[in-house]
Amino acid sequence: MLSSPYINEKTSVFVIMLKVMLALVPAIAAYVWYFGPAILISLTIASVTALVLETIAVKLRGLPARPFLMDGSALVTAWLLALSIPSIAPWWLIVVGTFFAIIVAKHLYGGLGNNLFNPAMVGYAVLIISFPVQMTHWAAPYSLAGEHLGLADAAQYIFSGLLPDGWKLDAISTATPLDTLRTQLQLHRSVADISQMPIFGSIGGQGSEIVVLMFLLGGIYLWLTRIITWHIPLAFLGALALIAGIFHMVNPQHYATPWFHIASGGAMLGAFFIATDPVSGATTPKGKLIFGAGIGLLTYLIRALGGYPDGVAFAVLLMNITVPLIDAYTQPPVYGHKGIAK
Amino acid sequence: MEIPRDQIEAGSMTRQIYSFHGGVHPEENKQISTQHAIAVAPVPAHVIVPVRQHIGQPAKPCVAVGDRVLKGQMIAAAEGYISVAAHAPTSGVVTAIDLHPVPHPSGLSDLCIHIAADGEDRWIERNPTDYRNMNASALRNRLRDMGIAGLGGAVFPTFIKLNPGVPQKVQTLLLNGGECEPWITCDDMTMREHAAEIMQGATVMRFMLRAETVLVGIEDNKPQAIAAMQQAAAQCDFPVEIVTIPTLYPGGGAKQMIKTVTGKEVPSGGRSTDVGVATFNVGTALAIHRAVNLGEPLISRVVTVTGNVGQPRNFEVLIGTPIDELIALAGKHADTVTGHLMGGPMMGIELARTDVPVVKATNCILVKSAKLFPPPPPAMPCIRCTRCADACPADLQPQELLWFTRSKNFDRAEKYQLFDCIECGCCSYVCPSHIPLVQYYRYAKSEISAKQKDQQAADHARERHESRIARIEREKQERAEKLAQKAAAKPAADAATDDPATVVKKAAIQAAIERAKAAKAADDTVATPTE
Ligand code: SF4
Ligand code: SF4
Repeated sequence: MLSSPYINEKTSVFVIMLKVMLALVPAIAAYVWYFGPAILISLTIASVTALVLETIAVKLRGLPARPFLMDGSALVTAWLLALSIPSIAPWWLIVVGTFFAIIVAKHLYGGLGNNLFNPAMVGYAVLIISFPVQMTHWAAPYSLAGEHLGLADAAQYIFSGLLPDGWKLDAISTATPLDTLRTQLQLHRSVADISQMPIFGSIGGQGSEIVVLMFLLGGIYLWLTRIITWHIPLAFLGALALIAGIFHMVNPQHYATPWFHIASGGAMLGAFFIATDPVSGATTPKGKLIFGAGIGLLTYLIRALGGYPDGVAFAVLLMNITVPLIDAYTQPPVYGHKGIAK
Repeated sequence: MEIPRDQIEAGSMTRQIYSFHGGVHPEENKQISTQHAIAVAPVPAHVIVPVRQHIGQPAKPCVAVGDRVLKGQMIAAAEGYISVAAHAPTSGVVTAIDLHPVPHPSGLSDLCIHIAADGEDRWIERNPTDYRNMNASALRNRLRDMGIAGLGGAVFPTFIKLNPGVPQKVQTLLLNGGECEPWITCDDMTMREHAAEIMQGATVMRFMLRAETVLVGIEDNKPQAIAAMQQAAAQCDFPVEIVTIPTLYPGGGAKQMIKTVTGKEVPSGGRSTDVGVATFNVGTALAIHRAVNLGEPLISRVVTVTGNVGQPRNFEVLIGTPIDELIALAGKHADTVTGHLMGGPMMGIELARTDVPVVKATNCILVKSAKLFPPPPPAMPCIRCTRCADACPADLQPQELLWFTRSKNFDRAEKYQLFDCIECGCCSYVCPSHIPLVQYYRYAKSEISAKQKDQQAADHARERHESRIARIEREKQERAEKLAQKAAAKPAADAATDDPATVVKKAAIQAAIERAKAAKAADDTVATPTE
């Protein structure tokens, strides 16, 4: 016999995942507007791959296919991965990344709810370690690109690696602002100098800063609809800005401004959509603050001192490991236990 | 955190109110049963009165089969300290005293006194008392003998709580007019229609408790009840404050109500009197008024009959009325019946059958249909979204408790304060994965309790065993000493007793005997009832 309660709020994992995807739509639209339609193709490849792999995994594990495929979590993982890697990356890169995200990071750990690591970030980490070259060819903003890839051209390039006759890869692709900053700094140019390059836009990157703004809007929507709480994004961005600010103040020639760090790379996407993944993140309010701040700090350290252009993925994965510890030590007091010595 | 949520005007007085953590806003569905006044349910032909309708020891029948009883006559007397009496709800003849199914989650039967009504509904002589001239303990005994138990659902014997304590522990009498469960409206309607009598009951309680402050907490979704109670409060010769609180489930829970109106938290494992507050349901206050001022024991209560019925409404029902007869009073079912709940949808219990009687704890009968209560979607894995934690009024981490329960890590569950869970259901209600969390916690609690009982029994056995061994050792030693003394006295001892083979054999026999004894002792302990 059933026991109480006998009613449920009208909600489901699927509804939550749907809202997350909805929150990503403005950013995707801005992406298409500023960088061309290639992102739509990579999103589709990632989605299809994720659903196929999810079906296989669910079947192999003997789970009922319908509820588990309908939960939408595989799609969200696919989208986050596609948004984290270059939109014009070859199709197999996306497939490999999705495979590691869905099969290795998620299902080998026991499936939805049991994964220790953020699946999308596992996929990303595998790709950046294994295929660093492909991972640095980002679509250039339309306003700076020599040639504009249309949908058909983009599809052809992604699937066959062939560009329309006479086009050069340089004409459509570029390094990201973070990447550019890193390489230019190695040439002993000053930050102020480097920031004058057109790719830097006004804060965080030509076109990409608008995409970042849309991530922020989507994130605020998630916060308003209570899909996420403010703790992780605020702690993440706050810590990132703080440490970037300190470094910048000490040596403005060599360290970029805090707002550049917030508005570039995966910071905004990471703060609102990736670090807030409930399964692999901290759960207590205090724990979320520590978790978010840890990611912010590590992101900066990897960006400024480490060997990779962006640090969000590794920062998230590193902090994922600490979650059980953080949670265990940040349990809030239970009703009636406040003021009682333990 | 104790942040005042709002300042609410109550007459000329203002009181700071506080918020408790979490809570949910389920659909209320209360309107439909407040369209009509409380109806008096007819006297049934046959009533079934369980001897245990309260928390504590069952009352002991004091009538025999064949006895004629009058309405209000005591038919079972309180036995032991935590117990209250039971009374005949109508006049008639006792036809049986035997086991009958009762509305209890276990679905088990309990001892019930059956009375065939004679239709006259003739009262026993009623003796109103002047409580001001009674001493405190006599007054408490009277409430016990009048069968008064908390009508909010906990049915704890009220007289025990009406003790100010030595030294005086209670400063505040808090009447709980919070009725936060969806669908239920019995307290709301009782306040609307019986506000003055509730206040008369409160007068008695204030006297008994020597309380300085009298508060009534009511949610803001009951404006009519608030108005009625304010009016009644104005007639009192002592100040009564009607505190309007925000509608938020489970704001009517005693602990949450105390937090909301006083800002204080009842310590874990403690009583509300630990923070100087005595809390009672408004219906209980009404019952006290009737018992003391009118001399009428608790033989009826207001019950909401709602859900899948023709005309949802409230009834003043005699205790012992078969629930199916009560449901029939609310008209034809609108839809196919898929079950019956006693209580609300958040904390109520599913009734396995409806030939069980209305008891003192019956506040609502909620008839289900597939449309009103669709079966829950299949449970999915926990995604650690912590909505449950955000909703938990006990500040628990339900997702962690779930994890520990599933992995049978009961120690950790206990460390994470599983036993502070009030089973309010908020966590299950909000869970997007539709996990029946409360079910897991009930299971974990019962497992832990069972283990603790086993542990106690084992400890007990071990203690007994150890003291036995110690005694035997001591006796042996004493014997040995005596022998040694004797031996010293008579040096030419018999060499045969020192033969090693004999010694070993003797020791083996002795050990075997002891093992058997120890086993028996352990058996005895296990067989001993632990309560
Ligand atoms: S609400 Fe459900 S899915 Fe979310 S953390 Fe709690 S138990 Fe897990
Ligand atoms: S049932 Fe227990 S764990 Fe769930 S919300 Fe209520 S008190 Fe918290």
